[in-house]
Amino acid sequence: MADETKSQSGQDGADSRPRAAGAGSKVAEKPAAAGKPAAEAAARKPAPKPRPKPKPKAPPEPPKAPEDQAPPDGMELPKMVTAVQAGAPGAVQQVSYWVGDWTVIVAVDRLLDVMRFLRDDDSTSFDYCSDVTAADWPPREKRFDVVYCLYSTRLRHRLRVKVRVGEQDPVESVTQLWPAADWLEREVYDQFGIDIVNHPDLRRILMPEQWQGYPQRKDYPLEGPGELLMENPQDWLRVRNLPDEAGAGADADVEIE
Amino acid sequence: MLETIVVPLAKIVVLLNAVLVAVTFLVLMERKVIAWAQSRLGPMRVGPYGILQAIADPIKLILKEDITPRKADKYVFTLAPIMSLVPALVVFAVVPFGPDPFYYLSDINVGLLFIISVTSIGVYGIILGGWASNSKYPLLASLRASAQLISYEIAVTMTLVSVILTTGTLSLVGIVEAQREGGLWFAFVQPVALMLVFIGGLAETNRAPFDLPEAETELTGGFHTEYSGMRFSLFFLAEYANMIVISAIVVIMFFGGWLQPFPNVPALAFLGFVPPWIWFIGKIFLFLYVFIWIRATLPRYRYDQLMALGWKVLIPVAIGNLVVTGILKVAL
Amino acid sequence: MTLEAPRASTTQFDTDELVINMGPQHPSTHGVLRVVLKLDGERVIDADCVIGYIHRGIEKLSENRDWTQIILLTDRMDYVAAATNNLGYCQTVEKLMQIEVPRRARYLRTVLAELQRIASHCLWLGTHAMDIGAMTVLLYAFREREFVLDLFEEFCGARLTYNSMRIGGLPLDIPPGWDKKVLSFCDLMEGKLNDYETLLTNNRIWLKRTRDVGVISGDEAIGLGLCGPPLRGSGVPRDVRKDEPYAAYDELEFNVPLGTRGDTYDRYLIRMDEFRESIRLVRQAVEGIPEGPIMGKVPRLIKPPAGETYHAIESPKGELGYFIVSDGKSTNPYRFRVRPPSFCNLQGLKRLVTGHLVADVVALIGTIDIVLGEVDR
Repeated sequence: MADETKSQSGQDGADSRPRAAGAGSKVAEKPAAAGKPAAEAAARKPAPKPRPKPKPKAPPEPPKAPEDQAPPDGMELPKMVTAVQAGAPGAVQQVSYWVGDWTVIVAVDRLLDVMRFLRDDDSTSFDYCSDVTAADWPPREKRFDVVYCLYSTRLRHRLRVKVRVGEQDPVESVTQLWPAADWLEREVYDQFGIDIVNHPDLRRILMPEQWQGYPQRKDYPLEGPGELLMENPQDWLRVRNLPDEAGAGADADVEIE
Repeated sequence: MLETIVVPLAKIVVLLNAVLVAVTFLVLMERKVIAWAQSRLGPMRVGPYGILQAIADPIKLILKEDITPRKADKYVFTLAPIMSLVPALVVFAVVPFGPDPFYYLSDINVGLLFIISVTSIGVYGIILGGWASNSKYPLLASLRASAQLISYEIAVTMTLVSVILTTGTLSLVGIVEAQREGGLWFAFVQPVALMLVFIGGLAETNRAPFDLPEAETELTGGFHTEYSGMRFSLFFLAEYANMIVISAIVVIMFFGGWLQPFPNVPALAFLGFVPPWIWFIGKIFLFLYVFIWIRATLPRYRYDQLMALGWKVLIPVAIGNLVVTGILKVAL
Repeated sequence: MTLEAPRASTTQFDTDELVINMGPQHPSTHGVLRVVLKLDGERVIDADCVIGYIHRGIEKLSENRDWTQIILLTDRMDYVAAATNNLGYCQTVEKLMQIEVPRRARYLRTVLAELQRIASHCLWLGTHAMDIGAMTVLLYAFREREFVLDLFEEFCGARLTYNSMRIGGLPLDIPPGWDKKVLSFCDLMEGKLNDYETLLTNNRIWLKRTRDVGVISGDEAIGLGLCGPPLRGSGVPRDVRKDEPYAAYDELEFNVPLGTRGDTYDRYLIRMDEFRESIRLVRQAVEGIPEGPIMGKVPRLIKPPAGETYHAIESPKGELGYFIVSDGKSTNPYRFRVRPPSFCNLQGLKRLVTGHLVADVVALIGTIDIVLGEVDR
């Protein structure tokens, strides 16, 4: 698969759309093969092990789509993956395996079903939500990967669940399943601006409440208003006070005589 | 004229200065003792072995900017530290440092009552200071302080009553004399009372493990969070002066004041070469050391546990002690 | 919601709730944590943690630094346990590149990680005891932490932010005689642990302050995503070192101490036991350091193939996970994500403090052992 991807992206050059569409079609054809993805995948792609040298390209452009390597030929799917494929039919779009980690890619509208199944079923019993995070792949139409790292304290196995969403797509909150996801989802919202719905308390968490923009997005500059504050506080204040000019004077309350 | 005004005034001046100097050195002592307990050296830079730190600290505090928060009640804010310090100093008027009238300002026949009532005024300073700051942490702390001081006051007072029952006098000189006549310190006669007064004393002076009103790790600085400079140092002085007062009370009531150990044992009569005031001050320092030692050792009580200890343990035990003392007094 | 926090009894009096800001400048919030407490008298009826005061964007920064430079940045997260941060990151990249780390390096990493755990727990013990008012323990614990820092200084030249590991192994071999010093430190530390325990373990006030404070059941702790000692305090046998062994942990013997009640005292006991287990691990690892190289076969230019992975280690605070995505093209990670244990544990604070008193809030902040550098990143 990697060979294909490399050569393909090389051919596509700057045009990103066809590649994204290609990824989309791959996603679309995946659910049908949900039952036997290993064989299917193996038929379509060689094992990911031998990698070609990265081609030196003049402008290092962002990758067109994340690569979710399919499990290598002949590898048996673990029970947790087959269980979720059976338990939530059609929800798992793709199964991926890389350096020992299993990932299932799930349709965003079926997320809660899958998650509930993963938590409650005896063969999966993912009672511990290790992490919720996201990755941003800007040119892609569904630019965000929201990644849930699950762990089972009973069966001691791990699984990553991934959903792909666009900028405006809502993602169901999983806090009702794991209260642990509360702050983690807040951070995803804070850093990526992904719309998490049915979250009990969706506020910014690391950035100030009035912060503009979402820092972890790839199109957010590495140097932002923070530097402005250092170099030119007046401008920074102006930027900061733009939304509520009236309220700005209220906290200028000098406590010391 | 000389006898009624000049001598007492001179005594007052000497005593007041002595107490204030003692307090500054007590702070140094506390820093040093805690440092040793914690395998540190403590202040070492100012003077030999940091002895002059006792001078440097007050100078620093006096020179610091004295800030009044804008929303504070200015008059009460200023009044509170004074209200806290003055009672702590006034108490020394009746503390006898030795048997002769030369060693004390006055020996009034209600000396103990005087001490109890005057030290109780000190709590107003804390309450008002916390309230006048118009800030939340000091307010919480002053609420704690008022509840704590009142509940421990009851236990301590009731325990002291049992000592009064044994001696039959409220005069501090009389109490010490009673111990000399009895030939035994009251620590051995009233051990329960000693424990109660000492624990209650710890609580009343806001010392660890009862230092809730100024629990710096919970309420930042407690009631004096908003205070700085001289006014803060007045609170500081008051706390340490109160420590000395409590130690003095414990020594007078239970450890024979200026008496040498076992005053009636002839074999120990050679101890008489030590002047009585040295005995008295030495014993006070012993207790101050215990105060500091406890602070270095113990964690802090929680507020509700502190109240529970006061009301459910100390007060019942104090009442029981009083009753037993009364019965024994009648029976014997 | 499975969260049903105990509520304070509401009286029929006309009372007002007091909203009080604990932090960001407060002596016992361990840095710049701000907790907005809603109080009914002294009883906490609601708490809201406000974090982010030292958010430095380490994740964003790391996505713009190359793979080796990031080791430096990981030092700055949990700055009281920098070596475990290094370890977690290096192992994640090694996993991504499928690099075999030599056995000697794995043993030395274990020694460093466990020494770091001792240092971190020393800091926890000192500050936790200090918060509850036992000030002497702080100085004692810091005295011993200093020895660990000396050992680290001798190993890598730094005392706090070590930058002590490299992708594929270690930058330096241990200096001669270092292992002897580590062993003698272990002997020393065992004696000192007894000192700490004399001061605290059976102290009645300590018991009163910690017993039945912040009780949380195992299931609830799992649901809240607690990790490390707070999770084990509730009796959940979860330790990444045992469950998903890394470095040399699968070759060494150690126990995972578990609590029964899930209160602050249990969490205290667990960490005290972890001191001893760490000492045991350090002894075994130092005595078993094999000969051999300290660096694996690492390409000159570190550029993992495209792919992503999540790798967790047991830092002193709990499960420290790194989720790293490589696009296979550039010399920096495409996505660098840290799953900070302090962050996830701090999330449980609201549940723990509700219904308790103000004084317990500081005890509970202490018991979950947060480092704000890691919470905020």
